[in-house]
Amino acid sequence: MNRVAERLAGLRAQGCKAFVPFVMAGYPDLEATARLLVGLSRAGADVIELGLPFSDPLADGPVNQSAAHAALAAGTTVDRVLALLASVTPHLACPVMLFTYLNPVLQAGPEVFAARAAAAGAAGLVIPDLPPEAAGEIRAHAREHGLGLAFLVAPTSPEQRLRLAGQASSAFVYAVSLRGVTGERQTLPPDLPDFLQRVKRQVAQPVLVGFGISTPAQAREAARLADGVIVGSALVRLAGSGGVDAACGLAQELREAIRC
Amino acid sequence: MRGYFGPYGGQFVPETVMAALEELEQAYARYREDPVFQADLAALYRDYAGRPTPLYHARRLSAEAGGAQIHLKREDLNHTGAHKLNNTLGQILLAQRMGKRRIVAETGAGQHGVATATVAALFGCECVIYMGAKDMARQAPNVARMRMLGAEVRAVASGSQTLKDATSEAIRDWVTNVEDTYYLIGSVVGPHPYPTIVRDFQAIIGREALAQAREQLGRLPEAVYACVGGGSNAIGIFTAFLAHPEVRLVGVEAAGLGLETGAHAATLACGRPGVLHGALSYLLCTKEGQIQEAHSISAGLDYPGVGPEHSWLKDQGRVTYTAATDEEALAAFHRLTRLEGILPALESAHAVAAALRDAARLPAGQNLVVNLSGRGDKDLAIVAGEEGVAV
Repeated sequence: MNRVAERLAGLRAQGCKAFVPFVMAGYPDLEATARLLVGLSRAGADVIELGLPFSDPLADGPVNQSAAHAALAAGTTVDRVLALLASVTPHLACPVMLFTYLNPVLQAGPEVFAARAAAAGAAGLVIPDLPPEAAGEIRAHAREHGLGLAFLVAPTSPEQRLRLAGQASSAFVYAVSLRGVTGERQTLPPDLPDFLQRVKRQVAQPVLVGFGISTPAQAREAARLADGVIVGSALVRLAGSGGVDAACGLAQELREAIRC
Repeated sequence: MRGYFGPYGGQFVPETVMAALEELEQAYARYREDPVFQADLAALYRDYAGRPTPLYHARRLSAEAGGAQIHLKREDLNHTGAHKLNNTLGQILLAQRMGKRRIVAETGAGQHGVATATVAALFGCECVIYMGAKDMARQAPNVARMRMLGAEVRAVASGSQTLKDATSEAIRDWVTNVEDTYYLIGSVVGPHPYPTIVRDFQAIIGREALAQAREQLGRLPEAVYACVGGGSNAIGIFTAFLAHPEVRLVGVEAAGLGLETGAHAATLACGRPGVLHGALSYLLCTKEGQIQEAHSISAGLDYPGVGPEHSWLKDQGRVTYTAATDEEALAAFHRLTRLEGILPALESAHAVAAALRDAARLPAGQNLVVNLSGRGDKDLAIVAGEEGVAV
């Protein structure tokens, strides 16, 4: 079992919910990213998603888009992110998954990418533009290197696609709460309870819900419906505007909101 | 494999739209065989678009080139001034039958945006067009046309502010509004089944050209030329000729300031296979996988990707892909304008430039067909600007 799956299985056994913060590597800069990773771990993150900045992030809203562009403009590269991860991992109490679009994985080669990610201490991969039916090669290399994978399901996914994502996911199933891209929203989607029930009927793995969840109140509500909550844009925005401490402050509030 | 051209194509998109692609695939499978759908489309092509477009023997241009005879497939005479309408008419009929009343699309030069806004007006649909801020500045007349047609034109200020970013933003809109929105993609790019759908709706260009060549020349041409950005006009004219291996097919990419400068849009010449906008195909990207900004004087070719079928045709060697620079395209624009009284779109001028280059070396008995994919009125300000003249 990969480290993400182990962590989530442990939480489930205790009846606890997972808190998974997302940060964009290199935003506002790589030094801040290192401090963020440590701060989020101290704030009680169960898993951290570390975004590799990509030039054309189709699944992302304005906050993560501009963070990625700023990180790239400042010279952030896969090499530098992996070097940073390798140096920070020993100071973290939780596993880190890389969130990356498919093209950087393909350009390195799936085998090389998986090997390098694992060597840097990553525990898994989330690839939002890789559907499970096209993931055969990457699944094989991830398994070989002990990396957990999380495939996405959406409110528009029919039951057969929910099962497909469940079969391919070795870390957890990533439930996209809404129809749309990442980013903060005023309210949770009204059909979220029905959707998550539908997912849970089809998959055995832990189901973590993300996209559009930004406030402690939203996180508390979403955590009741799933095995854990992923929060990204709100933390990324705060990391840019208020700095590492502000982002970690929100992370603590979110952690409090989704305890057991 | 379903949805692939050799190793290229596929569906690499966020999960939210996977079900919508399946729905589109099923709808298209049904209507491509449906005689009523096909009759409706044929009637629109004839009565609304003005098809068939002529195959015109450019005698003065040929004489100046001093070799092979150049024939122009006059897609510039299609309604709205480019081949783009062939596809939007087909897809709006699909959208209508699928019950989708809101249309989103991306546009580069604005030709696809105009063709989409046109069919949205014709069918009374809501229409949102995404266009790079840089393209809106250089293609202002088309922005005005889209707005007059009732479309909302949304400026995309991220990234390179051109077609690549407009496409990303159109896909994000579709992801958000997937249940009531039809994404009307403008080229043979994107996730399956779009490259097939757009090819099929554009293939009328080649079917007509092939029949016209037989009738007017008594035989097939020696070669067929088309410019390639995403590649829809090229696939459109090539498809009917694929079964005739004796006909050389030449795709012409934008070499921009020169392939050696890095400022170009020659994806097939200089790119590598990767994933952009939902399909595996050649693209311009760094070794780390970041998509690079393309450059071309023509907004419609200014795209770092290319349709997956072109990647496959390149690897197979069935189509020869070459490139023409901004300067060559401008020179061809002027020669065609002055010798034949036809102002080509700067995109199409790339194909003319490559044909002129080759014609000079070929015997007068040979026939070259060039897909004149669009008219050049939209480019007057750019051409004048290049020459320091205000319009």
